[in-house]
Amino acid sequence: MNSALTVRNIVVCALLVALALLPAYVKITGNIFVLTLFTRIVILGLAAVSLNLMLGFGGMMSFGHAAYLGIGGYAVGILAHEGIYSGLVQWPVALLASAVFALVVGALSLRTRGVYFIMITLAFAQMAYYIIAGLARYGGDDGLTIYKRSQFLAPLDLTNKVQFYYVCVALLFGAIYLVHRLVNSRFGLVVQGSRSNDLRMRAIGFPTYRYRLTCFVIAGTLGGLAGALIANNTDFVSPSMMYWTRSGDLIIMVVLGGMGSVVGPLIGAVALLVLEELLSGITEYWQIILGPLLLLVVLFARGGIDGLLSQIRARVAA
Amino acid sequence: MSEPLLQAENLAKRFDGIVATDNLALTVKAGELHAIIGPNGAGKTTLIAQLGGQLAPDSGRIFFAGNDITALPMYRRGRLGLARSFQITSLFLDLSVLDNVMLAVQAHAGHSFRFWRSARSEPELREPALAALARVGLADRAERVTSALSHGEHRLIEIAMALAGRPRMLLLDEPMAGLGPEESARMVEMLRALKQELTILLVEHDMEAVFALADRITVLVYGRVIATGAPAEIRSNAAVRDAYLGEAESTDHV
Amino acid sequence: MTLFIEQCLNGVQFGLLLFLLAAGLTLVFGIMDLVNLAHGSLYMVGAYFAATLTAWTGSFVLGAVLALVGTLLVGMAVEVIAMRRLYGRDHLDHVLGTFGLILFFDEAVRLIWGPEGLSLPLPSWLNTSVTILPGIQYSAYRLSIIIVALAVAAVLYLLVMRTRVGMLIRAGASNREMVGALGVNIKLLYTLVFGLGAALAGLAGLMQAPILTVQIGMGENILILAFVITVIGGIGSIRGAFIAAILVGFVDTLGRSYLPDILRLVLSPNAAATAAPALSSMLIYLVMAVVLVVRPEGLFPAVRK
Repeated sequence: MNSALTVRNIVVCALLVALALLPAYVKITGNIFVLTLFTRIVILGLAAVSLNLMLGFGGMMSFGHAAYLGIGGYAVGILAHEGIYSGLVQWPVALLASAVFALVVGALSLRTRGVYFIMITLAFAQMAYYIIAGLARYGGDDGLTIYKRSQFLAPLDLTNKVQFYYVCVALLFGAIYLVHRLVNSRFGLVVQGSRSNDLRMRAIGFPTYRYRLTCFVIAGTLGGLAGALIANNTDFVSPSMMYWTRSGDLIIMVVLGGMGSVVGPLIGAVALLVLEELLSGITEYWQIILGPLLLLVVLFARGGIDGLLSQIRARVAA
Repeated sequence: MSEPLLQAENLAKRFDGIVATDNLALTVKAGELHAIIGPNGAGKTTLIAQLGGQLAPDSGRIFFAGNDITALPMYRRGRLGLARSFQITSLFLDLSVLDNVMLAVQAHAGHSFRFWRSARSEPELREPALAALARVGLADRAERVTSALSHGEHRLIEIAMALAGRPRMLLLDEPMAGLGPEESARMVEMLRALKQELTILLVEHDMEAVFALADRITVLVYGRVIATGAPAEIRSNAAVRDAYLGEAESTDHV
Repeated sequence: MTLFIEQCLNGVQFGLLLFLLAAGLTLVFGIMDLVNLAHGSLYMVGAYFAATLTAWTGSFVLGAVLALVGTLLVGMAVEVIAMRRLYGRDHLDHVLGTFGLILFFDEAVRLIWGPEGLSLPLPSWLNTSVTILPGIQYSAYRLSIIIVALAVAAVLYLLVMRTRVGMLIRAGASNREMVGALGVNIKLLYTLVFGLGAALAGLAGLMQAPILTVQIGMGENILILAFVITVIGGIGSIRGAFIAAILVGFVDTLGRSYLPDILRLVLSPNAAATAAPALSSMLIYLVMAVVLVVRPEGLFPAVRK
């Protein structure tokens, strides 16, 4: 087998190590802003990794993934509003609610394919958006402030920025490992086969629907986890978290980073959000560059950053 | 060696008024390579589809190893030992060659709701897949991505996938389709080796290959059998000559 | 009763506006097999052009006409620069690429016109009521929207059904390669079709501007409805888009008006007040979900190859 010491692998390792050691850097430099920024990056990275399970590996182009973030976030927010602050209650509820929603949406949507699938997942996400925006008790359009973060057993304290960051990183790494094992398992192979050639899979004898639905639900549940983290990070949730264009933002991260690998989406999240920080310092109209950039990536660098890095290896080793 | 492994009786199939299969009877003996030939539109692919389970006949029965499989769905026939390769290659192009064959193995190796263990490291999936690839001569290409291989190699992967379930009998639908002379020769050699181990029903247009490989040949015209017998008999059969071999001379090596 | 008639007319008017938007979308999808998320951006561009040009020229009609031309040009430019490279690719690529265009357009508009929206006031001769039936008044402007949209729909119908270009369009919808093989300049045809779609979107945008809004992001909100209509009506079918659009216009308008009252029959006033807005917004998606389950190809699918 080829050596694992490729440019791409080195970059990925360096990234993961850097993420793990970030708090030390913050301690030394006193730059709290970096910690805040990267907490957000890590959480969105988790969201992007969860999306890619369904999108990149499963070939299921859902334009409604932001709904799970919203559902997870609102589960935490609503329970907090009602006086239930324990994370041991809130987070399982967030996961369960996301799973149930994913099950319903997936069960109906997976009967369709192509553009119809995109539209119907989008429609369901919009439905969730409207329902949540209609809940006047929980802030409606204005959103819901969360006055107390999820409580866990001492000494775990989510209001401590460093501790919270580590919780997010741990969950991100855990999710990456979970997705890695999933896609290489028998289950993952079936899902990938379905993405590649669903008709052939069924001809061979696989009842693909149930596998794709399971993949869809797992991805949605992980999205709900990211939502619970967002709620704790921003101490606020609003329906706009779930608007369909937010699903588009997640898709951008996945495609920019690279749909073909487990960590690709994380690379995309880091790249996108760091780029956003840097560019918005230069001009507030930086999105004008992002738009065409996305189009260019789609046309010429379909494998995303991860794909480009992997190509370096091919040229060097050859 | 000479009991029938596959038998079709009174098979009939119509499509909106067109008779594709017309009261067809066919017997394939265990261990033989039996070829089906006929002009275009004779109903060869329709026949294979009915034998393989993709298409249900309007009437008639099909027996395999003594079992009545007429109503059995495709994958159940696979489990009994009857496998089919397809005329139009339909592979998992973005997965590796080994993955393609492994999926064919996995389909019959229990359920796939296993989420943790790496499938590619499972011997019960890996071994039969590698064995099947070895039989078609592609073992050294196992880790390549399928899209990188040639059309001829894709046809070989097709056959490997059919072999993955260790069938007793193979239904091969035009395995030579679209192959150049070198690849055709390679395919013929591979089939010659394969026929030592299993029974093969081969639908083909390539007359050279057919006469080189077949133990017996059945000739199909407009959905019915007009002759069955050893290659020499078929070659000298006047009705066959008229109906088919005359046309075949001009369409050879298509 | 008067209110009911007014709401029905509003439903028709909204539906026709949606039809203009959906027609362009379904044309482009049916003929070029292109999923264009940036269609809503052209709708927005039409509105912004109209607001600015009306203020410049001082004339509503002149401003509207110039805005139409402007949107047509922008549409054709987008086709030549960006869309051409997407033809034949996976729908996912279309979705991603055109999503990038949405970002671009939103930001470009923000750069040129600022983050606050614009307003497009009605000229006095349109800002009146008209008596359409004894005792029933209706907004002159909304009436003119209905008239213009119906006229455009008629012209579109004649264009597609009775002219050579229309024949090419219909042929292209069912067999792209054949039309190309017949020696027709496919590139030009595609540019024109896309431009037509853009003009329709721009027309919808500028017509709704005085009553609804001219702001960044307006395209994203209405795009979903346009897609829903396309899906319900059947992709590639203008007739389907028309019927689905009227249906959606009705359901949405009447739903919003009467749902609170209907809900109050079964729920407590409080619950009804809470549920009504959410349910009204959801109504359209429920309709789409039902259609997709019952007839996945849509109500009037264009015959594909």
